[in-house]
Amino acid sequence: MEEKAIICKDLTKQFGDFVAVNKISFEVDSGEIFGFLGANGAGKTTAMRMLCGLSFPSSGEATVAGFNVFNQQEKIKRNIGYMSQKFSLYENLSILENIEFFGGIYGLSDRQLKEKGEELVNTLRLQKEAKKMVGELPLGWKQKLAFSVAIIHKPKIVFLDEPTGGVDPITRRQFWDLIYKAADDGITVFVTTHYMDEAEYCNRISIMVDGRIDALDTPTNLKKQFSAETMNDVFYELARGAKRSDN
Amino acid sequence: MRTLKFLLRKEFKQIFRDKGLLPLIFIMPMIQLLVMPLAANFDVKNVNVAIVDHDHSTYTQQLVNKIGASGYFRIANYSDSYKEALHLVEHEKADIILEIPQNFERNLIRENNQKVFLAADAINGVKGSIGSAYLTTVLTDFNSDVRLKWVQPQRLGAVSTIGIDYSNWFNPLMDYHKFMVPAILALLVTMVGGFVAALNIVREKEIGTIEQINVTPIKKWEFILGKMIPFWLIGIFDFTLGLLIARFVYGIIPVGSIATLYLFVSVYMIALLGFGLLVSTYSSNQLQAMFVAFFFMMIFILMSGLFSPVENMPQWAKVISNLTPVTHFVEVMRMIVLKGSTFANIKKQFFIEIIFAVVLNSWAIWNYRKTS
Repeated sequence: MEEKAIICKDLTKQFGDFVAVNKISFEVDSGEIFGFLGANGAGKTTAMRMLCGLSFPSSGEATVAGFNVFNQQEKIKRNIGYMSQKFSLYENLSILENIEFFGGIYGLSDRQLKEKGEELVNTLRLQKEAKKMVGELPLGWKQKLAFSVAIIHKPKIVFLDEPTGGVDPITRRQFWDLIYKAADDGITVFVTTHYMDEAEYCNRISIMVDGRIDALDTPTNLKKQFSAETMNDVFYELARGAKRSDN
Repeated sequence: MRTLKFLLRKEFKQIFRDKGLLPLIFIMPMIQLLVMPLAANFDVKNVNVAIVDHDHSTYTQQLVNKIGASGYFRIANYSDSYKEALHLVEHEKADIILEIPQNFERNLIRENNQKVFLAADAINGVKGSIGSAYLTTVLTDFNSDVRLKWVQPQRLGAVSTIGIDYSNWFNPLMDYHKFMVPAILALLVTMVGGFVAALNIVREKEIGTIEQINVTPIKKWEFILGKMIPFWLIGIFDFTLGLLIARFVYGIIPVGSIATLYLFVSVYMIALLGFGLLVSTYSSNQLQAMFVAFFFMMIFILMSGLFSPVENMPQWAKVISNLTPVTHFVEVMRMIVLKGSTFANIKKQFFIEIIFAVVLNSWAIWNYRKTS
């Protein structure tokens, strides 16, 4: 388990003149919960999409689960799970049907699908809603379901893009319980968030500013390094210098 | 293959749950087939004739009666003022003016010669030209009646005329339903298949589910095939329903082999769905896909020979027409249904459709990017 889950060296993505991700380098250990922080527009999602094999990098090098992001994207996809910022399960399929579909295309057997379906519904306490269309569920439940589906095939790494956006604190707490459980099962977690309390839950965090990674360490060390009380202060300190923003 | 099973299961569930899509697939085509052939009729009937009679003789009376009795004309007005008749044309109450000059009867009998004046409103080109052609026929007919009655037999012998007998092959009664129904059936299979396919992948792009698909190890051809098979089946189903309507409502039974017909439709549907999916892979939202598909569909349909014969088009238009899959389908539909053409007769069109199917689908698979 000592191998690196993600190795990233000078990874860059350029759209015309705009450098969305500017030579980022970092490594993520297997089994780690790695927080990927940054203001809106800092380039988090673009970086994550490159690592997931959804987007071609412009330059640099990176391997995910031991596979190259330039030419082994389909092999990477076999080994990762991904939960995008936008809810992307099928709203007009029921909970069980979504589980069956995504499990099915990852190659789970019929027996595994049945077991997984039951297990998931029980863990998420969705027994009564199992046959309901996903579109009818409240957001918090949808997000927990999307996460569970993203790791249904026991991937080596799961990428979560702002998984708890717009979700209430109690549900967020429950969501992090799910993340810890996945990490206990040996899944490496790569997560972006805007909530600094969540950043504290990570083993290590990186903070992106204007396409670069300006800080990378454990939350404790970062607070020490910036002589700050909370992660919030660390974030302010770094993000204040940003030139890009939403507007 | 197992992946395909899950894709198909999902696709079918979604189609049957989509309340907006179901009427589009199952009801709209039926209504089209029941209504459009009745309207798309090129028989020119009810041509309104304004007669300007300056003679008021027995002969003009007979001529007017003959025109009225032909079944194609309605006498819109009978007067002795050309101005009044023109006024009616201007107000679209009359399509043709027939002006009978003074001394019509006298000149016809004494001098064996008389001219009448015919003016047609050419705004509606078809009605104008076909209407005046019909009217000319009625006048010629009237002419020979007069000759028989008045002209001396020995003098008649000097003039020889050629008579023509007609025979309309494959559609003896020139029934426009027979001609239009197979083509409209082709049209609606095209509309349903093309639009539904064009809107499908782009819909997943719009709601974001395509991201979740793209991050799985699913193969591109599996995904495209998973989209295509359900719509292919729907197309074949609609086609069958259409054939049944043609049989029981219009009494049209294909003269040729049903098997050949289905063989051709099967390949045609693959080509057409390939086109739809291609549009889908190039568009970023449903609105865009709709307009692009609509643009091409209009060209396909108007240039397919459905309403105006391809033979009448200028050379450049013929080239475009032959570059659309719809043209060959409409042609083959008419050949098999009306003429009873065999596979040997439609071989050329069949291979052209295969080429369309291969090119359009390969293009769609190539252009669908899991990594951008």
